[in-house]
Amino acid sequence: MTETPVQPKTFLGVPVYRPKVAFFELSSCEGCQLQILNNEATLLDFLSLVEVVKFREGMSGGTDDYEIAFVEGSITRPDEEERLKVIRKNAKVLVAFGSCACFGGVNQLKNRFNLDWVKKEVYGDHPIETSEVKPLDAVVTVDLKIYGCPVKKEEVERIVTALAIGSEIVYPKYPVCMECKANGNICLFDVGEPCLGPITQGGCDAWCPNSRSGCGGCRGPAADSNVEQLICIMEQYGFSKDTIIDRLECFGGFASYVGPLRSGQKP
Amino acid sequence: MKVNCDINVHHLTRVEGHGNIKISIQDGVLRQATWEVVETPRFFEAILVGKKWDNAPWICGRICGICSIGHTLASIRAVENAFLMVPTLQTTRLRLLLKHMETLQSHILHLYFLAAPDFLNIGSVFPLIKSSPEVVARAAGLKKLANDMCDCVGGRRLHPTTTVVGGFTMLPDRKELAVFRERLADSIPGLVATVELFKTFSLPDFSRETEFVSLKGAQDYPFIGGDLISTDGVVKGESEYRQMTNEYLVDQSTSKWSKLSREAFAVGSLARVNNNFKFLHPLAQDVAAEFGLTPVNHNPYMNNIAQLVECVHVVYDSIQLIDELLGVPWQEPRQLVTPKAGVGVAAVEVPRGILYHSYDFDEAGHIVKCDCIIPTSQNHANIQYDLSALAEKFAAEGIQDRELELLAEMLVRAYDPCISCSVH
Ligand code: SF4
Ligand code: SF4
Ligand code: SF4
Repeated sequence: MTETPVQPKTFLGVPVYRPKVAFFELSSCEGCQLQILNNEATLLDFLSLVEVVKFREGMSGGTDDYEIAFVEGSITRPDEEERLKVIRKNAKVLVAFGSCACFGGVNQLKNRFNLDWVKKEVYGDHPIETSEVKPLDAVVTVDLKIYGCPVKKEEVERIVTALAIGSEIVYPKYPVCMECKANGNICLFDVGEPCLGPITQGGCDAWCPNSRSGCGGCRGPAADSNVEQLICIMEQYGFSKDTIIDRLECFGGFASYVGPLRSGQKP
Repeated sequence: MKVNCDINVHHLTRVEGHGNIKISIQDGVLRQATWEVVETPRFFEAILVGKKWDNAPWICGRICGICSIGHTLASIRAVENAFLMVPTLQTTRLRLLLKHMETLQSHILHLYFLAAPDFLNIGSVFPLIKSSPEVVARAAGLKKLANDMCDCVGGRRLHPTTTVVGGFTMLPDRKELAVFRERLADSIPGLVATVELFKTFSLPDFSRETEFVSLKGAQDYPFIGGDLISTDGVVKGESEYRQMTNEYLVDQSTSKWSKLSREAFAVGSLARVNNNFKFLHPLAQDVAAEFGLTPVNHNPYMNNIAQLVECVHVVYDSIQLIDELLGVPWQEPRQLVTPKAGVGVAAVEVPRGILYHSYDFDEAGHIVKCDCIIPTSQNHANIQYDLSALAEKFAAEGIQDRELELLAEMLVRAYDPCISCSVH
């Protein structure tokens, strides 16, 4: 879709430059990309802000002449590294889109095991290639990260708007807890539910605690988060080591704390 | 008669995940017609090993963004079956309502955004924003309604947050549900207009005798749990799913393949409609009749129409479900869970067909073994056999390369494949 289907947006009366954007996916559930299409109420506004030149899930054709590349998914095979390097070369701005791209996401749970065992468990004696799961910045320079599993559409729009009008992109420094308290939720610790809200970067408006589900930490660490302290508190509340590890390692953002915890040391 | 042709579609567009189509004809002989799945596996079945039961629905939902609700519900049902838990009627109704809305949003996404552009001869739905804004607005409106309801019941339209083993973390607001009942009723003209739009499309004339597998309805059009059935007469219990799927590995695909009575079978909307036509809402049956869709229909392109028929069914059925839910006082949202050693299997009809999750647990509720069999993995072999038959037929008729390529792409799209899900 190189033709422009909608009128360009203006900001304070000045026409806004519409960057050419492309969407790509490595190993992922494609849910983060789907969030863009799932955004029915503001989809047309979003499309008027940018020029989508490649989006395999939604359109045929397209070009490699793009400025912003949104890359969803983590790297699990050498050919994905190569594809990512080409995208990096073409793009001015490379955005790691979602927890898989930022931290390896749920895919990195595979890294707990020996690769030969993993392959045998699922494919038996049939040879299937796979390697250790990596986030994008283990292979190329990433200019921008949009966190979440899935990403929050409002945040994507805010960031893309900032890119289009050239304003600074600010991430919330506060943790999910702040948003949870602002929403007037009862704290899930008091009802026996584990939650990573105190250490996880805000910006999702406490998506899970709003539904009385503990935060799984999909957005990774907040600025100055004290993971050690939270582990102590969770132990005091009687959560098992298993439960604490399950939470911390799920989306990859806190994976570095898990090794020491598993082997019995405090991180 | 076609003498030479060389079609090579690398990473087919407007489908979820990565697959290639290769067709080659030399001196009038079909040399190759291959559906190749090159997606990278993520190894969910290994990832789950050693994890406690409550991780399964949360992690397994991430197998797929489009049908995350179906995966989450299948995972929950497998855990509950292993722990011998029976959900309350209230939980069952709410789950089915959530499932219906996933079906609606997924089918509308497929029909308008992925399939319709082929019939309209455009590369994507985007040009319609300018040329037929009312069509895009209608598609967006129907999808939004379904997604808004998923937010209301499941906490989130993608990777739900309220759905847990034993029930729900919290219940939707009754007043909000009543509003949704009205919104559902108001959506019917949009569905009627969708039917009218699809009546203007001409489906390719192609059929291949196929075995169709789905859940077997007892009293209702089935979506969650129950026996399994095939049009070739096979009937199995939910826990005997392995005898229904018979997975095997092939070199052309990183996804496993399946077979039953023949070399391949099909699952999905067309399979469900073929097997359970009599349980469809009467108005959905009328829509099927308008398109000449009567069981057993063997044209794979008809899957598009079967999806449309199911959209009508789920909207009417959801209205009834809401009436039932609002007609009684509500109980506690959630039952207590007591882990047990054992095996739990679940079969759930997700938009693209029957999905199985199976877990083995130790006494503490840790997963020892995990097996997930995805609808698209069951369809891959059938897509392959359809593709060969299609290439053969149309090559004999001598159509243009570009036309054959489009028919092949449309064939794969008709199955609405969810490729990364099939590889998982
Ligand atoms: S971050 Fe989550 S939603 Fe996004 S692609 Fe990965 S698994 Fe899917
Ligand atoms: S529920 Fe979680 S996010 Fe909310 S206040 Fe408690 S710890 Fe913080
Ligand atoms: S509450 Fe936690 S797990 Fe849920 S979306 Fe926000 S950061 Fe992610």
